Amino acid sequence: MDSAFRRPFQAYLLLLPGLVIYALFVLLPIVSTVRYSFYDWTGFSDPTYIGLDNYAELIRDPDVLKAIGNNLFFVIFYTIIPIVLGLFLASVMSRGRLKGMVIFRTGLFVPQVMSAVVVGIIWRWLFTLDGPINTLLQAVGIEPRAWLGDFVFAPYAVGAVGTWVEYGLCMVLFLAGVQNIDEELYDAARVMGANAWQQFRYVTLPGLRQQIVVAFVLTFIAALRVFDLVFVLTNGGPGKQTLVTSMLVYEETFERNRAGYGAAIAVMLAIIIVVVSAAVFRYQSRQDAEMV
Amino acid sequence: MSRVVPGSTQNGATTFASSARAASLRRSSRTLLTYVILVVFLLIALLPFVAIILTAFKTPLELRDNPFSLPQVWHFENFTEAWEGARFAAYFRSSVIVVIPVVIISMLLSTMSGFAFGMYRFPGDNILLLVILLGLMVPFEAVIIPLWQLMGDLGLRNTYWALILPQIALSFAFGTFWMRANFKNMPTELIDAAVVDGCTTWGVLWRILFPLSRPALLSLVVLLFMWTWNEFFLILIMASGDQRTLPVGLALLRGRYSANVPVMAAGSIMLFTPVLILYAFFQRSFIRGMIAGALKG
Repeated sequence: MDSAFRRPFQAYLLLLPGLVIYALFVLLPIVSTVRYSFYDWTGFSDPTYIGLDNYAELIRDPDVLKAIGNNLFFVIFYTIIPIVLGLFLASVMSRGRLKGMVIFRTGLFVPQVMSAVVVGIIWRWLFTLDGPINTLLQAVGIEPRAWLGDFVFAPYAVGAVGTWVEYGLCMVLFLAGVQNIDEELYDAARVMGANAWQQFRYVTLPGLRQQIVVAFVLTFIAALRVFDLVFVLTNGGPGKQTLVTSMLVYEETFERNRAGYGAAIAVMLAIIIVVVSAAVFRYQSRQDAEMV
Repeated sequence: MSRVVPGSTQNGATTFASSARAASLRRSSRTLLTYVILVVFLLIALLPFVAIILTAFKTPLELRDNPFSLPQVWHFENFTEAWEGARFAAYFRSSVIVVIPVVIISMLLSTMSGFAFGMYRFPGDNILLLVILLGLMVPFEAVIIPLWQLMGDLGLRNTYWALILPQIALSFAFGTFWMRANFKNMPTELIDAAVVDGCTTWGVLWRILFPLSRPALLSLVVLLFMWTWNEFFLILIMASGDQRTLPVGLALLRGRYSANVPVMAAGSIMLFTPVLILYAFFQRSFIRGMIAGALKG
């Protein structure tokens, strides 16, 4: 080991090609985006330095507030409902080894590996006025509507698709987690007179802590970053009812030619994502340390 | 407390037997309930795909039928129409042209860097790792404008390199962390022993590290393939015309195809089939990678 892998020179040499590409196409652009966020710039003209003006505008811009609000609204559908569904399954689940687990796991996870564009195309069709969902609802006496074009219902319809994408992930995670909880913990809880809720609260929930953190990170960041699914389903509409932050970056930069302002929104979005990831990451490593 | 506690029944064998029977009954009804819930959610997850596959073989007139009804006649024309008329042949070609170099080059570069971070100690390693961690979190939205300019400066705009290089760069961040974790978990005793026995560095690499790294490499390859194949935002901005890959081509279908659900369904199948085939074979690698990746990204 010593002789083979202690020469820093070799390490730098191994890192060099990847780092060059990474620096050129990720790091440098990050720095430039931050720089542009301090400029008034169409994307073509000469940029004019305006200090923090973009940020001052951003915190008062109703579109930005609407977009962030929509992202947070989608967190309910991307994160909270899927985790609750997953926990519901975990709470009623049989503790013994289940047969056919591979099939359930593989199937439930399929929406995760699908292109969001395909998911969007499918649900856009399912939600159309004379589409399958309305046909189904009519059978139980509910008026058909263009769900994705409806001012009130569009956010819920887009959110429902988000739930559909994410619940399988949570279930797969929690299925695996529950099977790793020691059966004796449940026996002990029963001996001490714990009812079903108490068993869930004091055995299942703590036993799934790791999995809940993972599910939270994955789905929360997905809700903050969502772009392609909304682009295909509603393109942010009707009005601004399903406008999300990443879509606002796109619109300001490429449709309204306000690249400087778009950069400021992008920086804000990136900071939110980095802060959330870093916070959970730190929490996670503290837990890991505790477990050792 | 209504539940029977095992071991607390001491008033005779009959009670014990009946409580055991009750417990096993409870267990099997619980198993049944679990299966019912799982089947329901499995169907909800999969039926939309079944519907879109069936739709790809129908005529627009049949769309109002039950989405799960079989087509009256299986119309393969939708596929030829998508492939030729809606230019999916070109989009498919672009997707392949982009995904192959991204996966191969990213894999090589991140194996090298993961190896460096996992096996060596060198000045600046922690700072460099933090810098790369940044790449795991930033969305393409935050780098797209300068990327667009950079491609112009480098004379790469409207070439496939404008689609390939940024994806290699972002994949490198994930791949580095993934392969670093892999190499950190290598059995050092085994390597030490091999070196003592006169094994060369190259021998250590080829005979010990590479075979042990195969599962991690496999996960990395399938994940990079899926992410690159499904990438949307970068391609939407950077590519135009026939250079578009399948997701963007499908999302931007215009003209007479934009309302033709069966043709779009056929296009969707062309888009998701390669990933689905890989997933069918390597589902364990996909799930493991996406879940483990969460903690780093």
